[in-house]
Amino acid sequence: MKSLQTYIILLVLLAFGYSNAQQTPAPKQSETIAITGAKAHIGNGQVIDNSLIIFKDGILTNVLDATVARIDLSGMTVINASGKHIYPGFIIPNTTLGLVEIDAVRATDDDAELGSWNPHIRSLIAYNSESKVVESMRPNGVLLGQITPRGGHISGSSSVVQFDAWNWEDAVVKEDDGIHMNWPNSFSRGRWWLGEDPAMKANKNYEKQIKEIVDFFNETKAYARASNPIINLPYKATQGLFDGSKTLYIHVNDEKGIIDAVNFSKENQVERMVIVGGYHAYRVANLLKQNNIPVLLKRVHSRPSQTDDDYDLPFKTAKLLVDKGVLVALEGSGQMERMNARNLPFYAGTTVAYGLTKAQALELITLNTAKILGIDTNYGSLEEGKSATLFISEGDALDMRTNIISHAFIDGRQLSLETHQTKLWKRYSEKFKNQD
Amino acid sequence: MLKTPLVILMLLWSCSLFAQEYYPKNDGVKTINSNYTAFTNAKIYITADQVIANGTLLIKDGKVVASGTQVSIPDNSTIIDIEGKSIYPSFIDMYSDFGVEKPKRQSGAGRSPQYNPTRTGYYWNDHVMPENKAIEKFKFDTKKAKEYLDAGFGVVNTHIQDGIVRGTGTLVALNTDAGNESIILDQNSAQYFSFRKSVTSRQSYPSSIMGSMALLRQLYIDSDWYAKGNSKTKDLSIEALNTNKGLVQIFGAGSRVNALRADKVGDEYGIQYVILGGGDEYERIDEIKATNASFIIPVDFRDAYEVDNVFLSESLALSDMRAWHQEPTNPKVLADNNITFAFTTHDLKSPKVFKAKLIKAIEYGLSKEKALEALTTVPAKLLQKSSELGHLNKGAYANFLITSGDVFDKKTTVYENWVQGKQTILNDMNIKDIRGDYEFSLAGETYKLSLKGELNKLKSEITSNNKKRGSKVSYMNDWLSIAMTTKDSIKQEFIRLVAYLSNGTNLNGKAKFPNGNEMTFFAKKVNDNANNDSSEKNKEDNTIETTFPVTYPNTAYGFKQLPKQETLLFKSATVWTNEAEGILEETDVLIKNGKISKIGKNLSDSNATVIDAKGKHLTSGIIDEHSHIAAASINESGQNSSAEVSIEDVIDNEDIDIYRNLAGGVTSIQILHGSANPIGGRSAIIKLKWGESAENLIFDDSPKFIKFALGENVKQSNWQSFERFPQTRMGVEQLYIDYFNRAKTYDALKKSGKPYRKDIEMEVLAQVLNKERFISCHSYVQSEINMLMKVAEQFNFKINTFTHILEGYKVADKMAEHGVGGSTFSDWWAYKYEVNDAIPYNAAIMHDAGVVVAINSDDGEMSRRLNQEAAKSVKYGGISEEDAWKFVTLNPAKLLHIDDRVGSIKVGKDADVVLWSDHPLSIYAKAEKTIIEGVTYFDLKRDEMMRNAIKTEKSKLINAMMQAKNKGLKTQPIKKKEKDQMHCDYIDHEQQH
Repeated sequence: MKSLQTYIILLVLLAFGYSNAQQTPAPKQSETIAITGAKAHIGNGQVIDNSLIIFKDGILTNVLDATVARIDLSGMTVINASGKHIYPGFIIPNTTLGLVEIDAVRATDDDAELGSWNPHIRSLIAYNSESKVVESMRPNGVLLGQITPRGGHISGSSSVVQFDAWNWEDAVVKEDDGIHMNWPNSFSRGRWWLGEDPAMKANKNYEKQIKEIVDFFNETKAYARASNPIINLPYKATQGLFDGSKTLYIHVNDEKGIIDAVNFSKENQVERMVIVGGYHAYRVANLLKQNNIPVLLKRVHSRPSQTDDDYDLPFKTAKLLVDKGVLVALEGSGQMERMNARNLPFYAGTTVAYGLTKAQALELITLNTAKILGIDTNYGSLEEGKSATLFISEGDALDMRTNIISHAFIDGRQLSLETHQTKLWKRYSEKFKNQD
Repeated sequence: MLKTPLVILMLLWSCSLFAQEYYPKNDGVKTINSNYTAFTNAKIYITADQVIANGTLLIKDGKVVASGTQVSIPDNSTIIDIEGKSIYPSFIDMYSDFGVEKPKRQSGAGRSPQYNPTRTGYYWNDHVMPENKAIEKFKFDTKKAKEYLDAGFGVVNTHIQDGIVRGTGTLVALNTDAGNESIILDQNSAQYFSFRKSVTSRQSYPSSIMGSMALLRQLYIDSDWYAKGNSKTKDLSIEALNTNKGLVQIFGAGSRVNALRADKVGDEYGIQYVILGGGDEYERIDEIKATNASFIIPVDFRDAYEVDNVFLSESLALSDMRAWHQEPTNPKVLADNNITFAFTTHDLKSPKVFKAKLIKAIEYGLSKEKALEALTTVPAKLLQKSSELGHLNKGAYANFLITSGDVFDKKTTVYENWVQGKQTILNDMNIKDIRGDYEFSLAGETYKLSLKGELNKLKSEITSNNKKRGSKVSYMNDWLSIAMTTKDSIKQEFIRLVAYLSNGTNLNGKAKFPNGNEMTFFAKKVNDNANNDSSEKNKEDNTIETTFPVTYPNTAYGFKQLPKQETLLFKSATVWTNEAEGILEETDVLIKNGKISKIGKNLSDSNATVIDAKGKHLTSGIIDEHSHIAAASINESGQNSSAEVSIEDVIDNEDIDIYRNLAGGVTSIQILHGSANPIGGRSAIIKLKWGESAENLIFDDSPKFIKFALGENVKQSNWQSFERFPQTRMGVEQLYIDYFNRAKTYDALKKSGKPYRKDIEMEVLAQVLNKERFISCHSYVQSEINMLMKVAEQFNFKINTFTHILEGYKVADKMAEHGVGGSTFSDWWAYKYEVNDAIPYNAAIMHDAGVVVAINSDDGEMSRRLNQEAAKSVKYGGISEEDAWKFVTLNPAKLLHIDDRVGSIKVGKDADVVLWSDHPLSIYAKAEKTIIEGVTYFDLKRDEMMRNAIKTEKSKLINAMMQAKNKGLKTQPIKKKEKDQMHCDYIDHEQQH
């Protein structure tokens, strides 16, 4: 009897896990896997209605139309996915996933460092690969993210990670991919707690704040010319911007700010620059197109920032930019950004209701994102030679009702789709079933 | 004709009369002056509608003795002939803090909130100070008095502008020559109120407008109880309030919406306030008229915005831009609607700008008679001082203006302002007009001198040998002084001229040279050009643009006319009935008289507008059980229970989020109080009838709800506050038990018929005990959810709804047994420690356990996509689409007890429906039409047209503002309108210190 009890307890523990740790990361792909019959959404705008997808050692070896392909699948693990859909793993850029666990608990908060000029501050080493919030991304198809620090004029350096890892070294896809800068606001709010009018007024210090940025860059460039400089961590960290090894992400939303930021980058010979936010980017789409500047677009599910704006402006901005030929991907920063990051596919879905095609919308969270983050050689689409980072969904993954995922792979490794949340779901469903 | 200085002398004499007669006199003999002063041949405005073309005003001892055409002038009169000039009664400002020092703000930044009062023997709330008296803080401010006198005012009513009940005001005559014995016309002229807390106390309560309203209500109840001798303790505040009851009650509302709120409170206790408005009354004049209140109206019309900067000007809201054009019409609109109002200089930087603003109001259509009344007879009447103020009939104070003409004309000069018979000269009315061209010679050189401009701001131009000399002129009391530069333009030396104006047209005097030499100076007038008004170019463009009408609401996307109820026939829709019929394909729905009239195939109605809905989906409107849009306050956090407050008091019917929610298919919402305290405030359940008044949004016979809250917010875990009980979940239980026990006792006493002290808070909680009011409780973890159900069971009632209810899935069986519903988020979690175990499968588990489940927003963004949030239940937990759809329609209707009216498409129910472009749970669906009671409040096509109209109107206004700036009118920097996003933890900015 006693042994039976122990056995049950053990079973329960095994079934639900008893630690707070994430699901155990999957081992390396050992067998070649073939997925047959699925509608493949390639991520580059193409769709194969009946596909054959094979990957080995984490790399896609074949992405084919099954109606014409003739390949011997013997020796492979074959997944029959007829009637299902297959997608490249979705990528959430500009996120603080893994940097904060619970918003209100300060001890779990690692997303913003003191100081204004922090290019040397690196998000990667604080990234908690065992975060319960991170694991909740995977059942929705969000498999990669750009982990980005916050705060200051220059917040720090981001890194791109995948979401099934033992530790940050294990997780990293692209280390220190870029530096994030917050462009000064054109408006500032009166400090009502000091008796000032709380209305938003033109920021009187705008020019001064821009000059501070220019000064910082001038110092950085002067530092680079020194033959034997004393190490200055912020200046040193900034160097990659001028040889194209790092991207400058400028977080800016208003029209004039975007124009100023573009001119600033050109004048300072920044090789790769990206607008993050870009609420008004649609107003300067031609300028962005001419200068090949992509946009990581502000959360689609947000309210218009001004009372008079079109109610659907945040829903349709992607369409306005895509139509002008601007390279656009979706980001989701803002209130509750981490837990909401799993809604990335639905941000994309919403842009379809407001003008884009489904294939275009998909690009906004796959290949376009990969291109902007500089990881498109290996990620972002289902193309031969790229990483087998993908998932199988029961239906259209951009719609809540059919985003139901049966298999997900990162670099060919099949991940667990369980989470803290699914465990609780099963635990209590079971409890009530047994009561009946 | 007497010389001015003599008049002054005489007046000084007569003023001494005002000194108390029983005062000893140690600096001379006691004198009595019984002489009269008569102003003759004047146009006298005795009142606005009693004007004498050529009359006499006879005054004595600071009062009017007689006025009219048949005045007999006694022999001992000083006669002042002011032929061609006009006399008006001086103005009265009822709302001022003249001579009262601004109370000092109690500092306390960073300290824990203070919940208790600092005083004893007074009302329990520091912000209630009816015992304050302006007279005790009053000190005559000569400098400020001069500003008022310059602006034409003779009397001001001042008070301490601080606190919710502010005590009594003092009526002061601006007689700069007498002491308080004469100038204080009434030391208890009125009792003042506002919704704003005192800056002198940090006591937290009330932290919201609705809290201020509740506080006033309870105060009136308590003062009545006290007056009847029921109190065992002393309360000096209540005694003062009761003493002041007979006075005029003036409410400093300061805006149209607050005026309505003040009037509502007043009406409940039989008090008609005189209300300080905000200048925005024109926006909803019918509602203002319905108050039957008299108003004190500021004229602080905003300046045009600086719109030169293309980027910044994009941030201007249409409502702000329109207001620039519309505000000056406010007085006219008030007058047209026969609303009694007085003007005030309140809100203006200085009384100096008052005249310009007033003239603007007249340009925008206000009649001059009404303007004069609003400055004289109306305030006098409102202050119950009609016999002695506001007119120039016998017995009135000798408070009057002498002007060159129409006092409301830009070009008119106000010469003198007399108060209590004391003269203040603003502009010398005997000044000689010396404007014109002159010639003179000095030391062999010939000069041409031209004097022009206004007489009190004379300008000079001097040329010699056709070369201009620099010059400066001053002209006062018949003395003219001119300083002009010498020929040497490098040295910067001056020749100074001085001349006295004797009779005749030439100038006689002397010149003093830089080297100290003097010469006589004689200038001969060669050209009398007195009227060469060089400011002719300021010719006013009096064409007032009238193309910016008020809309409903008066913001972007407002309707020019409220949309009408229609008979509508939807053809061939996929109809989601939410009834036994389920989802009907290719079905027609007829809407008539605001109700669902018929559902079926091949319906027809000759009066109906037919809408082809083939391929589209028709559903009942979305209902959000937990919303915080459309409210001016959310939390009354000043105490751990605030059952006395109600969101119905603070509905904001102009919130753009109403329109945006309509665009997301939402038709009804419950606006819940926030979660700052275990017992929150009462809800408002409204329909999103965009454009209607706040009152009209509220459901007819609305079910009664109150918000309760559990968890981290109520124990103040996440901010620095350690003073307020409870600080733990353990304390929360005891708080509820305490309050319900008290409510039970209260209710028993009330029902016994014995006298009892009415307590609004207890009334509300007793309603809960008597099952007349439902609880919707903000809740997170299972322990506290379980606890509240047990507390309720102990008191023999049921909790109606747990909202948020994130761990509801852990106690779903207990919930089902208790019979409570669950209104939850689809997938929020991890933002607080207590949502660590929140799971998106929550709705599914509760549903499967038999709980009535709704998905809510608590968020102005999510609320416009609740169809998507419902659809997540299909993904998380495999809920059927029909059931998922009910999560945001029928189920919240059930939880709100409004499912007899809304929540499904059923014949007889309200026609609150949405036409979707696609399957309503699809991410690809868009609301095309949102209809409430047969009125189309959102229509995709109309929205498109509105966008274009907004663009056009803004462009026009920008253009008008550019023109205003070019004309030299004042402008102001741009302000950006941003609405706060309100959640459970939102606190009013205005009330925070």
